[in-house]
Amino acid sequence: MGSRASTLLRDEEIEEIKKETGFSHSQITRLYSRFTSLDKGENGTLCREDFQRIPELAINPLGDRIINAFFPEGEDQVNFRGFMRTLAHFRPIDDHEKNKDPNVSEPLNSRNNKLLFAFRLYDLDKDDKISRDELLQVLRMMVGVNISDDQLGSIADRTIQEADQDGDSFISFTEFIKTANTSLEPWARLPGTTLHHCHC
Amino acid sequence: MHSSVLFRVLVFVTSTLLALRAAGFAGSDASVISEILEPVGIAVASSPPQSSAPPLHRQSGIDPGKIASPAARVPVEDIADPVVSSTSPAGNRHLVSSTSPAGNRHLETEPVSFEIVKWNWEHAQGPFLIAVWIMVASLAKILFHLSSKVTTVVPESCLLILLGLGLGGIVLAATNRTDYQLDPKMFFLFLLPPIVLDSGYFMPSRLFFDNIGTILMYAVVGTLWNSSATGLALWGIKQAGLMDKKVDAGLMDFLLFGSLISAVDPVAVLAVFEEVHVNETLFIIVFGESLLNDAVTVVLYKVFNTFVEMGSDKVRAVDYVKGVASFFVVSLGGTVVGLVFAFILALTTRFTKRARIIEPLFVFLLVYLSYLTAEIASLSSILAMTFCGLCCKKYVEANISQKSRTTVKYTMKTMASIAETIIFMFLGISAVDTSKWTWDSGLVLFTLVFVFVFRAVGVILQTWVLNRFRLCPLDWIDQVMMSYGGLRGAVAFALVILLDKSKVKAKDYFVATTITVVFFTVMFQGLTIKPLVKWLKVKRSNQHKPTLNEELHERAFDHILAAVEDIAGHHGYHHWRDKWEHFDKKYLSQLLMRKSAYRIKDEIWDVYQKLNIRDAMSFVDQGGHVLSSAKLSLPSLPSRTSFSETSVTNLLRENGSGVCLDLQVIDTVRSGKDKEDTVMHHVLAGNLYKPRKRYQANYSRHFISADEQEWQDREVIQRNMRCRLESFRSTKHSVYQNKGKSRHKKSQKKHRSNDVNGEVPNGKPKRNISWQDTVPVVMTVDSEEEEEENSEAEKEEDEGITFVARAADEVLLEGKPSRILGVCQSPFLLPPSPTCAEKELPWKGDQGDLPACVSSETTKIVPIDLQQAWNQSISSLESLPSPQVSEAQKLQRRTVPPARLEERGAPAALARPPLDPCFQFPERAAATGRSSEEDSEECIQQQELRPLMSPGKQTRPGPSAVSAGARWPVQFNRAARVSLLKNLVTASPYKGSGQTDL
Repeated sequence: MGSRASTLLRDEEIEEIKKETGFSHSQITRLYSRFTSLDKGENGTLCREDFQRIPELAINPLGDRIINAFFPEGEDQVNFRGFMRTLAHFRPIDDHEKNKDPNVSEPLNSRNNKLLFAFRLYDLDKDDKISRDELLQVLRMMVGVNISDDQLGSIADRTIQEADQDGDSFISFTEFIKTANTSLEPWARLPGTTLHHCHC
Repeated sequence: MHSSVLFRVLVFVTSTLLALRAAGFAGSDASVISEILEPVGIAVASSPPQSSAPPLHRQSGIDPGKIASPAARVPVEDIADPVVSSTSPAGNRHLVSSTSPAGNRHLETEPVSFEIVKWNWEHAQGPFLIAVWIMVASLAKILFHLSSKVTTVVPESCLLILLGLGLGGIVLAATNRTDYQLDPKMFFLFLLPPIVLDSGYFMPSRLFFDNIGTILMYAVVGTLWNSSATGLALWGIKQAGLMDKKVDAGLMDFLLFGSLISAVDPVAVLAVFEEVHVNETLFIIVFGESLLNDAVTVVLYKVFNTFVEMGSDKVRAVDYVKGVASFFVVSLGGTVVGLVFAFILALTTRFTKRARIIEPLFVFLLVYLSYLTAEIASLSSILAMTFCGLCCKKYVEANISQKSRTTVKYTMKTMASIAETIIFMFLGISAVDTSKWTWDSGLVLFTLVFVFVFRAVGVILQTWVLNRFRLCPLDWIDQVMMSYGGLRGAVAFALVILLDKSKVKAKDYFVATTITVVFFTVMFQGLTIKPLVKWLKVKRSNQHKPTLNEELHERAFDHILAAVEDIAGHHGYHHWRDKWEHFDKKYLSQLLMRKSAYRIKDEIWDVYQKLNIRDAMSFVDQGGHVLSSAKLSLPSLPSRTSFSETSVTNLLRENGSGVCLDLQVIDTVRSGKDKEDTVMHHVLAGNLYKPRKRYQANYSRHFISADEQEWQDREVIQRNMRCRLESFRSTKHSVYQNKGKSRHKKSQKKHRSNDVNGEVPNGKPKRNISWQDTVPVVMTVDSEEEEEENSEAEKEEDEGITFVARAADEVLLEGKPSRILGVCQSPFLLPPSPTCAEKELPWKGDQGDLPACVSSETTKIVPIDLQQAWNQSISSLESLPSPQVSEAQKLQRRTVPPARLEERGAPAALARPPLDPCFQFPERAAATGRSSEEDSEECIQQQELRPLMSPGKQTRPGPSAVSAGARWPVQFNRAARVSLLKNLVTASPYKGSGQTDL
């Protein structure tokens, strides 16, 4: 399947993706074969069902959120380009690249973009702040049934209270980054681990 | 590595442990203790145990080499046995004449007249000396820390070694003997385990496993490289003739020496690095390496030792293969032993509910057993212990009670600290014994250089490889620190002492070199590492407390990464961790954790609770004054404006706003002075801290009852928390009002239907909405039944928490009717010591006219704040799952008292007469007391708790407060009830915070 996948992918396409996402050639071909194997409809795009078919994702509490992150607003198809663009968030931060061209828009795997990606998973209504309800929803997904809603509510309150600096009781992205920068130092770097070794 | 010895001593090792741990030194028999001491050469001077050789010993009958056993086995007449002969005859005679338990009574040759005072030095000499040594070491620690200047510059380990040198010198000068030494047996059996246990158990497992690859690399490859390179290079130096000719050692000897000198020592690393505070990653890598390299060291040491003893010419290829195989056996075997014991331990603690007091013992025993088992099987004991501690922790901590947790923590830390102190001190003392070592400058110098250089080279090479895989590469500063942090310590010393002089000819040289290397690394590197850290600006650990955000995002990131790995079809670290966590959650935790612990187990919740507790503590630290001031200057609450009176009653009412909701009732009942007095009385009764009791009436060896003081402390915290909540509420609560709207509506609805008396003015602040309706009571009672059915089971929890649960329970029982109907409950309360004032008070027996807040404040058990928090949380908790009840039902409930009471009584299988609301309690107290959710608790505990809980239980709803409970049970599914219960039990004190935000 791998060979077929790479033949289907045109070289110029690979080049473009490379430029956009920073993935290496081998990573791209490898991910393309993964893409096609996920693509049960064989129409060059993935729909939600394709993702949901991944067994591990079904048990992942944030699975749906992550799947949603792959789909641009209002669409339910994602092509390989989009697929790669989302995955590019998970490349390790490349400090050298960032230093090279400060004028160009930040690469997808910059720290900010990584955090923004995480932030968007919380921020359902896309108003660029996390409300208590949004936080509660995520909490509910992650902590399972043993904790009551009220306990969750107090956790959510507390979380917001902790992060909220301007007192509007929402977590804005800047506030989110701040918690990430102060307390999530090791974690802010982490969303890169995953695809680090993907060139296998 | 010391299996032969270990095998023989196994039996009394356990007994020793038991004796030491359970009885302390005091009660344990002298022989066992002298057993421990003997290796150090402390107790050899005389042998008191003979007289009292315990049956235990006789049975085991092992170990002819030890002093106690011969005495037990040999006829007592033969007491001048060679082993014992070191004993001074005088001492023996004295012994015989003075103390003579059953065993050698017939020996009493000189039946002297009764002595008033006897000098029994030999009798307790062994333990006495041990205690003195520990005392000296501990005092030294205190002394060092008297001057903060010294300890900031010089690590404690250095000071201890110096002290040891000094003491050793004194002893040498005074007695011309070098009795007290670091004995390998002693070291490996008693001194090392506490340290390894402590470090394994408290190792941050997440960090450890995140870096496991790196750690393993350094531990295995690094140690192999170090020892072989050192050994070979020394051999090369020897060949080159740069060493004294008298150093009689071949290649194998040098390799053997290399193997023991090259291992980074956990004790030394811990001692130095703990004071330096480098960043966690660096620390865990160096420290993890020092722990895990034990397997490599053990194998190399054993292999080369065998080769040396066989003679290097007889070593065949197959032996090398065996050596390699033994590495896997030793390391994996050790790990497996550790895991097995971790499993057993976790499983054991699952069932210790009824024997809380020995919970900590299990932790120590089983982890120690894992160590000893590994030693017996000559596997890597350090690995076994590390993994045992590392893996059991999660489950054990969830299972054992809070107090046991604290006990375990402090005992471990204390023992580890003492062991470390003694190790370093005796290391110093041992170095004084010049008879053991022979100096060769060439060997010493080259060893020092090689040890340092090869460590650095090894680190750099390995890091270069590792950085290709690591996400966060280790920069050169880290590498310098890692090279420099490769401290050698007591393990190397103990191993070199264990060498057989007849086989390893150059042992004395090796001993001298080892001592020098150990001293150099611990003293010189230990001293200079701090400045180096500063100079290089090594990333320090930022000791931030965990925040909820952090925990939450960490969780989220984990899930995200795992999901992305799945999508990308890459089975990486996160994928496997996710799988593991899934497996753990689904099977392992369920198997190893108590059901209750498992249900409430959630890291985010844990962090939340911890944060709350911390806040509470800091709040209390800030001074309890906040309490009083906050109480009087109440936060601005909308409700206040509607009341113009400034009477005490009013003030009160508002203070206890969570509890006292029947504002109108207060105002409608008889007013006047009586009223105020009443209120005042109850305010005082409820709000004044109870005087501390001077003594504890009940004493039990098997259970620790929550004592008064603890209660008081708790009370203080809870009160203050409440104040804080109030103020928090006033500032923040407007925000959440909107958010919780739907919920409010729901509960509001219910309330409206519930409260015929119409106690809820519409203008009331929203937060008050969460107060009680009838549901909670019924719910709770149901769950009691449920619990009874399941009984046995998992109702546990700490005593402390138990109290809380009961309290809530009782608050519910009592609070509900009062809140709704404004019935005075106080007559029903029989406080443990009813004040005479109470008896005289005018409202006594008159139930209609006391406001609810008053009644709940009279409860002696639950601090009012706690009650409030409870009530609020409970009510709103239940308001969620509980179905909407029709108006009719509610009415009915309110008006049909007996039905409900019966309902309640029935499950407890305690037939109760339909209540005359008032003074029926005493009999019932016993009955209802049992029917609480704690029913399944054992009797003993019950008895202990009874005095405290019974008064609360006695409280019963006023006649009018009763409801048609029959309807309710059906309406809640078990899950809801159970979760409610869990919440009650576990989350109680802080529940209120969540609620009030609504």
